[in-house]
Amino acid sequence: MKHIVTHNEEETIQAGEEFSRQLTAGSVVALVGDLGSGKTRFAKGISRGLGVKENVTSPTFTIVNEHPGGRLPLYHFDCYRLRTIAELDEIGYDEYIFGSGVCVLEWADMIEPKLPKQRFDIRCALGADENERIITIEQR
Amino acid sequence: MQTVTILGLETSCDETSVAVIRNGKLLSNIISSQIVHEQYGGVVPELASRAHQKLIVPVVNEAMAKAEVRKEELSAVAVAVGPGLMGSLLVGVNFGKAFAYGLGIPFIAVNHMEAHIYSNFIDDPVPQFPSMNLTVSGGHTQLVLLKDEFTYEIVGETKDDAAGEAFDKVAKMLNLGYPGGPQIDIYAKKGNPNAIKFPRPYATENDFHFSFSGIKTSVLYYLRDNKLRDTEIPEQLLADICASFQSSVVDVLVQKTIRAAQQYGVRDIAVAGGVSANSRLRDEMKKAAEKNGLQLFIPKFEYCTDNGAMIAEVGYRKYQRSIFSPINATAIANLEL
Repeated sequence: MKHIVTHNEEETIQAGEEFSRQLTAGSVVALVGDLGSGKTRFAKGISRGLGVKENVTSPTFTIVNEHPGGRLPLYHFDCYRLRTIAELDEIGYDEYIFGSGVCVLEWADMIEPKLPKQRFDIRCALGADENERIITIEQR
Repeated sequence: MQTVTILGLETSCDETSVAVIRNGKLLSNIISSQIVHEQYGGVVPELASRAHQKLIVPVVNEAMAKAEVRKEELSAVAVAVGPGLMGSLLVGVNFGKAFAYGLGIPFIAVNHMEAHIYSNFIDDPVPQFPSMNLTVSGGHTQLVLLKDEFTYEIVGETKDDAAGEAFDKVAKMLNLGYPGGPQIDIYAKKGNPNAIKFPRPYATENDFHFSFSGIKTSVLYYLRDNKLRDTEIPEQLLADICASFQSSVVDVLVQKTIRAAQQYGVRDIAVAGGVSANSRLRDEMKKAAEKNGLQLFIPKFEYCTDNGAMIAEVGYRKYQRSIFSPINATAIANLEL
């Protein structure tokens, strides 16, 4: 398990970028943490690390955003608005998870039973001062 | 003059809406707000597409009946094909294509973001080209220069959360219910917008991009530091938090829009999307426009949120230019402008 303390948004993005180097086709990254804890920033870093050119924004509205064009395709999920796990079928979840891109899932704790056993768990937490974030990375 | 009658379908998120426009005049605009979402604190994708499936036929029938138009009189069917929730978009797109195919009339694919801009063109007076358009909703925050009909330049966008999303998430932190925007607007009316100093991200920077996740985080820290999370917040304090949060979002939106208009040398500015129903945004944008000698356009409330009228309006304009779509056109969840 690895702990990283970041002191501003850019450092959180850099942490994601650094982390992305170990990702391969089919990697699943489960992001967990409160509102405003840095999940979207970390995901932005992963996209930057993968070489995705376009702007990565919160996928809350569309549930999943696809970003092809990097070293690996990136599928960026937000489970925030899902009510039941069954709703994942509606967006073709299995095809993404068993596909050959990288899946990054925000609010992954909401779909715990549907997460593959092999994955990276990233926990984002608020630090002591307003800009500090504590990021925990665990490979399972 | 040839009579052109367009049916417009909108199912990109949680509204099933259908409108009929004849020769540029809106005859009906039926919006079936899906109150089913209120129980769950957000748009629920599966519920959304199921509800669209149930509602699409009755809403089409109602729109046609209210317009007193028979389906044989339709010239084309215009449908929002994205961006939006895939499952929801598909209901409108598949229905629309089948309907057009069955009637032997053109199918017109419409970009939902483009349609929001044209919500200011449904009723007179309309903005002149070029105009600066702010589209703000739960899923989008975009500043677009409309150079000419269907010629766009995206001048600025959000780098993280949409403005409406920040409203929804802050409302959720404050346990105000869904949708968050109208709730915050109501509470904010009784509050002091200067009570708490939340940040105004990028407000003074030279580009026209937005960032709202920082404001959301500041509200979160304020609640945490003052031990207000998951507790009953006193009425006046709640009103002050709402007013202060709302004013920081509105300040950024207003300042950027005015500056963009000035930099690009346009006289007409227009606001659209669900957040354009916010009363403070309307008031502050109006004041700023007057002060800077700009002409402001904000649509009627029923054209602010997702609606079929704006889809039909774009459909009507595309029909006149014979811009039709192939029958194998499909929904695209993150379609860009």
